[in-house]
Amino acid sequence: MMFNKDQISILKDAVDKENAKTQEKLQKRPERKTEFTTGSGSVVNRLYTPVDIADMDYANDLGFPGQYPYTRGVQPTMYRGQFWTMRMYAGFATAEESNKRYKFLVEQGSSGLSVAFDLPTQIGYDSDHPLSEGEVGKVGVAIDSLADMEILFDGIPLDKVSTSMTINAPASVLLAMYIAVAEKQGTSSEKLRGTIQNDILKEYIARGTYIFPTEPSMRLITDIFAYCSKEVPQWNTISISGYHIREAGSTAAQEVGFTLADGVAYVEAAIKAGLDVDEFAPRLSFFFNAHNDLLEEVSKYRAARRLWARIMKDRFGAKDPKSMQLKFHTQTGGSTLTAQQPDNNIVRVAIQTLAAVLGGTQSLHTNSRDEAMALPTEDSVRIALRTQQIVANESGVTDIVDPLAGSYYIEAKTKEIEDEAYAYIKKIDDIGGATKAIDSGYIQQEIMDAAYDYQKKIENNELIVVGVNKFQIEEEAPKGLLRVDPAVGEMQKQKLVELKAKRDNTKVEETLSALKKACEGSENVMPYVLDAVKTYATLGEICDVMRAVFGEYQQTVNL
Amino acid sequence: MDRPIRVLVAKPGLDGHDRGAKVIARALRDAGMEVIYTGLRQTPEQIVNAAIQEDVDCIAMSILSGAHNTLLPRVVDLLRAEEAEDILVIGGGVIPTDDIPALKEKGIKAIFTPGTPTQVTIDYIRENVAKR
Repeated sequence: MMFNKDQISILKDAVDKENAKTQEKLQKRPERKTEFTTGSGSVVNRLYTPVDIADMDYANDLGFPGQYPYTRGVQPTMYRGQFWTMRMYAGFATAEESNKRYKFLVEQGSSGLSVAFDLPTQIGYDSDHPLSEGEVGKVGVAIDSLADMEILFDGIPLDKVSTSMTINAPASVLLAMYIAVAEKQGTSSEKLRGTIQNDILKEYIARGTYIFPTEPSMRLITDIFAYCSKEVPQWNTISISGYHIREAGSTAAQEVGFTLADGVAYVEAAIKAGLDVDEFAPRLSFFFNAHNDLLEEVSKYRAARRLWARIMKDRFGAKDPKSMQLKFHTQTGGSTLTAQQPDNNIVRVAIQTLAAVLGGTQSLHTNSRDEAMALPTEDSVRIALRTQQIVANESGVTDIVDPLAGSYYIEAKTKEIEDEAYAYIKKIDDIGGATKAIDSGYIQQEIMDAAYDYQKKIENNELIVVGVNKFQIEEEAPKGLLRVDPAVGEMQKQKLVELKAKRDNTKVEETLSALKKACEGSENVMPYVLDAVKTYATLGEICDVMRAVFGEYQQTVNL
Repeated sequence: MDRPIRVLVAKPGLDGHDRGAKVIARALRDAGMEVIYTGLRQTPEQIVNAAIQEDVDCIAMSILSGAHNTLLPRVVDLLRAEEAEDILVIGGGVIPTDDIPALKEKGIKAIFTPGTPTQVTIDYIRENVAKR
């Protein structure tokens, strides 16, 4: 306890009196609203005092940075040691174009790469598939085979950079391609550093790029865990993502609750597959959103760290401290950007950056001002990156570890989010775990309710979005948005024709049928996927083999 | 009109961002319309088939993948081929302002970009299907 009972009781009386006095004054001078709520809609009080955190125990609930339960951060020195990784998510058009953007970002001081793939790649279709029409190279780079991947990382030393790849359903294939490119550069897989998103559960919940049903998808994921723990030991094998859950409209507490519930499902699946918790848990990583409600967001990250540490220790009996440390990437909130007065987004992103940094993130992507309209231009990306560099180098907040700790509000809010998130996890346990809660549509429904509630509040002007429902101006259409050349689709198709004429198709067939057998059995599929990509089997061909064995997921649609 | 307005809310393209589609679907329903939501990854052919089968007055498509210039006009073309061009076709999502005139020319009657109040879309549908 931080305060003794008598002191708290005296203080409580004083606070009550003070509140009563203020209440009287409100007759003459009312507050702006009768009720104040956070960005997530939870009620906030006028004033927080030690009474609100009377039950908090420093050693148990906070501890020191780098120590259990890691509320205050996963390292003792945090940004005094080194800044977070400034990792800008990028990729569009062809591998050649994206390779240029990566080199630009590295020149501008980006410290890690983050690859955005186009939708056909994310759903395991080649660029010549009918469903790929109009989509090739649009939201990310088109990768059809190892040949594209070789171009994507041309001139980028894979033993030096860390690379994050936003790839889920076909994560095994893209990881295999990355390993194969590294091999050609003379870098062995033990030296590779990076992350694959590989979080299929949130695809069913919120993001939508699923391919296979839940069960074989979970097997692919645990196969990757097992393979990487031996062959690619520095690789983060999953990035358990709340980002998209929040973008879909969840509250901050739901973001933590549903994400950690997914985390629990992955840990359980891996343990069931025979892995030891401390063998794979240190390579689990997380991915959260940063919205505008600064103090709520900071509390959210702290709550997530504490809750995960407790789950890993108490529920799964982890022994290695690394298994208990929730390390996370942050991206600023895409859904908070407005198409109206887009330069205002720079300010929003700055607030969100501050939230992520005060919350102790390990890496950060900042969105660009023009992303409510199109992919960002180089100029916009530079401002977004500079925003991080200004917070890092000029704001001073990086010199103190967890500087907001001890604030009555922050600590009360941290506890509140932890409790609310834990209640969601318990509820999901009762339903039978995250996969069941997804199949039944429970999680999707909860998020949808929150999203609709938020929309109504904006339309009633209960929530103000500057430029959208207040302070609007007449505007001209923005100029100079980034356009993806529509010829990209044709170029990729042509490359595929040439590739299929050039490669050894007998070898391709052999490796694909070996992969099919592995999928039908219970062997780890990773080595077979690696063999197939090395023969230049295409992503679509490999995923088709898996589709034939595993089937495809059918979405549960709820309104 | 002697029956409620029927709307097909559809997600063409491969993107999984269905928050906007679902919010619109709910808002239209709360405004008294009958709403059918297709779910993700619908081809123009699937959308047009569903629209005809469900006898809708309006197709409202949400797309954030960047494939709007390819997919939205195809829906209008297919409707014309089926002699169902009286169905009102509208769209929304991340669509650059510069693309809107060409889409309108091709028969997508209105495009609603991020930040549009749902009431604006509701009013638009009411006014424009009524003219059928």
